Amino acid sequence: MTEPVTEARTRDPRYEVIGPGHTPGSITDKISEIVLTRKTPKGWWIGFGISFLLMNLLFVAVAHLLMNGIGIWGVNVPVAWGFAIINFVWWIGIGHAGTLISAILLLLRQRWRTSINRFAEAMTLFAVACAGLYPILHLGRPGFAYWLFPYPNTMGVWPQFRSPLVWDVFAVSTYATVSLIFWYIGLIPDLATLRDRARHRFARMAYGMLAMGWRGSAVHWHRYETAYLLLAGLATPLVVSVHSIVSLDFAVSVLPGWHSTIFPPYFVAGAIYAGFAMVLTLAIPLRAAYRLEDLITMHHLDNMAKVMLTTGLFVFYGYIMEAFFAWYSANPNEAYLMTNRATGPYAPMYWLLLICNGLVPQLLWSPRLRASVPLLFVISLVVSLGMWLERYIIVVTSLHRDFLPSSWGMYSGTIWDWATFIGTLGLFLSLLFLFIRVLPMISIFEMRELVHEEREES
Amino acid sequence: MKQAPLIYGVMAEFENPEMLCAGAERAHAAGYRRMDAYSPFPIDGLAEVIGFKRTQLPLIVLIGGLLGGIGGFYLQYWISAIDYPMIIGGKPYNSWPAFIPVTFETTILGAALAAVLGMLGLNGLPMPYHPVFNVERFALASRDRFFLCIEAADPKFEIDTTVEFLRSLNPSSIHEVEP
Repeated sequence: MTEPVTEARTRDPRYEVIGPGHTPGSITDKISEIVLTRKTPKGWWIGFGISFLLMNLLFVAVAHLLMNGIGIWGVNVPVAWGFAIINFVWWIGIGHAGTLISAILLLLRQRWRTSINRFAEAMTLFAVACAGLYPILHLGRPGFAYWLFPYPNTMGVWPQFRSPLVWDVFAVSTYATVSLIFWYIGLIPDLATLRDRARHRFARMAYGMLAMGWRGSAVHWHRYETAYLLLAGLATPLVVSVHSIVSLDFAVSVLPGWHSTIFPPYFVAGAIYAGFAMVLTLAIPLRAAYRLEDLITMHHLDNMAKVMLTTGLFVFYGYIMEAFFAWYSANPNEAYLMTNRATGPYAPMYWLLLICNGLVPQLLWSPRLRASVPLLFVISLVVSLGMWLERYIIVVTSLHRDFLPSSWGMYSGTIWDWATFIGTLGLFLSLLFLFIRVLPMISIFEMRELVHEEREES
Repeated sequence: MKQAPLIYGVMAEFENPEMLCAGAERAHAAGYRRMDAYSPFPIDGLAEVIGFKRTQLPLIVLIGGLLGGIGGFYLQYWISAIDYPMIIGGKPYNSWPAFIPVTFETTILGAALAAVLGMLGLNGLPMPYHPVFNVERFALASRDRFFLCIEAADPKFEIDTTVEFLRSLNPSSIHEVEP
């Protein structure tokens, strides 16, 4: 059944890396026109308006938190980690697909990376910004967040470097910095394009300053490509290390369900899985709204769906192994945790998680279903929900039944937890809307290079 | 005392990368050295054609990474074993395996910063002014046109013969570049 479909697909122009008839000039015009047009599309105003309102919800929630302390959240002993850590892990995981697309696929010379890497990298930056808020707000006294960094102080104390929580500070801040410079370096030639094409004086000056006088010299390109490749080589192990370290926040403790050697690879696979889901969630409406079907083709959607399916299987394997370890270790606490997950008070969430991350992605085996754009969009949303539930189950079920039944408790997010979470969605989307309005969401110079290479080959 | 040059160089515009590469090759063969080629996307081997040997950038990145790694590890060692020794979890003061994650992150950070700053530094960016932008058509260098500029600083540069030489490359236009 699948064979004819695949065969038809190799001839289908919708499955090319780039639509037919494009030249370096037409690519440049098409992508830069989205940014340089004077008229902002109505859809943009509506989308940005809603996101901006949600972002204001975040401001309200944070202001309330700063005035009254984290007692407004649902966290308490025994579940002291709640939404703050769930959302931190969720957001930072989403960010990882951007680095994967821009760095790992570059090293693997995957051509389909070119039209999605720019906005995937932007997604990374904004997701990390949202993630970074949570641990800081969760400190209780966010004004002292800088105490986490080793700096000479009058108190004469230093951070404790044997703690994964301190490793996290270094991992996340390095990740944010490297993602930012990688993104900016990738933007420089495109900023030069916008500088040369902008009609408004202010736009010309702004893009001109950001482009730093880039003029496309052959010698500059040579060093540029060397630097870009080296950065990709550096970002690849970095992205693996970041989510491994995030998982060590859990795995280094001695709680059942957390103290597991499978955590680092399982978290990294989950991050890529969630991240690709988010890239699809963003790419599908964007390509429709800006008529980019010839640049972000079915080829891209199909490949992203395949990566999602593969990493989803890794994650599912992780779930099976968690259950297996609980049984094979013969540790009563581990076994109890597993039974409690499957039959305890959070069982509905656990089973929903298995449906979202275990069953639904299996639809992607079928090439026919992968060809349906609305279905891909729905599956990507289901996966995002599933990955959020996964972090909820990991954080809450291990904590809420302590070793002594006297210290058992229940956890649920309060209205302020939800307001903060929805607020960060607003922050993320607001930044994304601003990004697609003022910066090229597809890398122009890499698309020109791709067109040139395609033409040379044919 | 040499007078300030009246002209930065002459520039030829080409329609495709193949013509630019061929032109640059012939210019190098004709003995021109102070020149540069401009293109809207990187072209493999073009830098070598105009006489660029190799970049020091990988070495700079290596040094940045080593400094980041050694600095990161020493920071933790000095804090945990010398300035603020505390027994945590029964581990020795210099519990080096626990210092590896942070050492790894600072290595990457040092190398990545070195890559970016090194690339910008070697390229002389940011550069607020450059004579090539005086040519109006040069705005297309960031779209779909390719340019070769032979600079007046070249010892072989002679305005008439250089223009004549560039004309022999079949460019779509030739411009004088004001300094």
